[in-house]
Amino acid sequence: MNTGKERSLSASIRMAQIFRIAICVFLCLLSLFPFWVMLVNATRTSVEIQTHFSLVPSVSFPENYSKLIAQCNENVPLWRYMVNSLIIAVSSTALTVYFSTMTAYGVTIYKFKGASFVWAFIMGIMMIPAQVSSIGFFRFIYKIGLGNSYIPLILPAIAAPATVFFMRQYMISALPKEIIDAARIDGSGEFRTFNTIAVPLMKPAIATQCIFAFIGSWNNFYTPSMLLTSQSKYTLPMFVQIMRGERFRTDFGIIYVGLVITIAPIFIVYCLLSKYIIAGVALGGVKE
Amino acid sequence: MRKTSGKRKSVEYDKYGWLFIAPFFIIFIIFQLWPLIYTIGLAFCESYTDSLFNVEVGPTFNGLENFKTIFMSEKGVLFDTYTFQALWNTAIMWLASFIPQILLALLLAVWFTDTRVKLKGQGAYKMLVFLPNIITAATISVLFYKLFDYPNGPINQLLVSSGLVKDAVRFFSNKWATRGIISFINFWMWYGNTMIVLSAGILGINPSLIEAARVDGATSMQIFRKITLPLLKPILLFTLVNSAIGGMQMYDIPKLLTASGQGDPDFSTRTITMYIRDLAFTGSKQLGKASAVSMVLFVVTTILSLCLFYIMRDKDEIREKKEIKAREKMERRAQR
Repeated sequence: MNTGKERSLSASIRMAQIFRIAICVFLCLLSLFPFWVMLVNATRTSVEIQTHFSLVPSVSFPENYSKLIAQCNENVPLWRYMVNSLIIAVSSTALTVYFSTMTAYGVTIYKFKGASFVWAFIMGIMMIPAQVSSIGFFRFIYKIGLGNSYIPLILPAIAAPATVFFMRQYMISALPKEIIDAARIDGSGEFRTFNTIAVPLMKPAIATQCIFAFIGSWNNFYTPSMLLTSQSKYTLPMFVQIMRGERFRTDFGIIYVGLVITIAPIFIVYCLLSKYIIAGVALGGVKE
Repeated sequence: MRKTSGKRKSVEYDKYGWLFIAPFFIIFIIFQLWPLIYTIGLAFCESYTDSLFNVEVGPTFNGLENFKTIFMSEKGVLFDTYTFQALWNTAIMWLASFIPQILLALLLAVWFTDTRVKLKGQGAYKMLVFLPNIITAATISVLFYKLFDYPNGPINQLLVSSGLVKDAVRFFSNKWATRGIISFINFWMWYGNTMIVLSAGILGINPSLIEAARVDGATSMQIFRKITLPLLKPILLFTLVNSAIGGMQMYDIPKLLTASGQGDPDFSTRTITMYIRDLAFTGSKQLGKASAVSMVLFVVTTILSLCLFYIMRDKDEIREKKEIKAREKMERRAQR
């Protein structure tokens, strides 16, 4: 009787297992479905796309690609947009991560008067969305003549409260004060200590935050679409907006190729780094 | 003696703290604080562009005039304005994405951390389920715009060929269908993220608590309701508030999903941030009114942030504060 009960218990566990796997597989397919349709349609001709649905790739990708580039011509330089996005994302990521580590170092290592107030302040401003002050931001940027430049997209990255928050959490556990005291005794200056001792010790946190800062900047549509006016300076998400317009309505295949191109870089980054990204999310390091 | 000299030295060092935090605050003041003050100022000003003569009017101070037009319709009905319609649109689309998102995320988090019914291949599931979260929202929005296209987008082709509907459906001319698609995209993009956060939260619960309950004969449901859920409450609240603040800023997806980019059909999917941008940068460029609407958004997010701030009170920090106070007291006593 006992063994019978055990057997039914293990059978019910197996049933639960199968049920759960089925749901998970379904959800994974749900995640992939839109991207798969996009990928497949990028390889089909406009006529094929319009006549029937298919999940099997065809062979017209090169044709669609050359059509897309022809339709873009010199007015919509797609690859230039990718370079633009890359320039903005790389420089703002570098600034965010370096200066956030610096700010976190400033409030964690030094016990100056008002340090705890400064920390409370950083926490307080963390949640104010940029959209709230966007009208003033826009007017101010145009008044100082930076309207069509990348400076207002890159420089503000220095003040990233959420990254500072993450860096401080990590610093408390990963940066022993004794090491800094030892460096001081050896005669190392404060900024040299920071650059040569604190930054290397913070590497894991810096790597995590680099990924998130890069993705955040790369995906940003709101600010660039508000500030940039000359078409040659556009970023990739703004190209997506152009692609929805009149210019690309003529052919059904090219829009999917365009979407594939805009997704490809971040997709490759994700395939390589998904383990670290998911670990970072679990640490509560992401805020969007 | 040695001790006091050491302390003096550390006080000298501590001044460097200001230098380390200076870049952050300089940039914050220039690019965030000043624009915020500017926006608050504009909210109390008349500032627009006369589209007939293309002349900028203002900004001149006009008191609460902008707020009056935000809160009251021309007929004098309170809250019957585009601002509150946009606020309502945003809230309802957020809610319709958040409720299924938190429920599914919770279910999956429980499954993934279940020690009795072990699930293999979790890494792969997590990777795929999280995938939509990092893809550019603008691209996803345009992709769904094409998927639900009329008359021969892939979804319509599937529906017609499977015989579920006779004629292709115009999704984007139906208010609830469009809202539903926006909510679905948000749900689909974010449940993986929420699930990972909640799994981490459940893994943080002491496993011996759950083991003890199981030995005492508690069912899985009882364990979930009496142990997991109460201990997960702070993280659930954090997720709720964080998602609400993010939801209030919803822009990319509704902006790029519909044909005109103004929240079709009939402004029913226009979010509050879309409305601010429409006011400020189209037509007569009403910067004053747009700033006033920004203030409404500011107040709503501030209230939500205060809730979050309360939930996340840093216990280490409170302890540290106490220590600093104690140290100061000691110093004062020593000086005396």
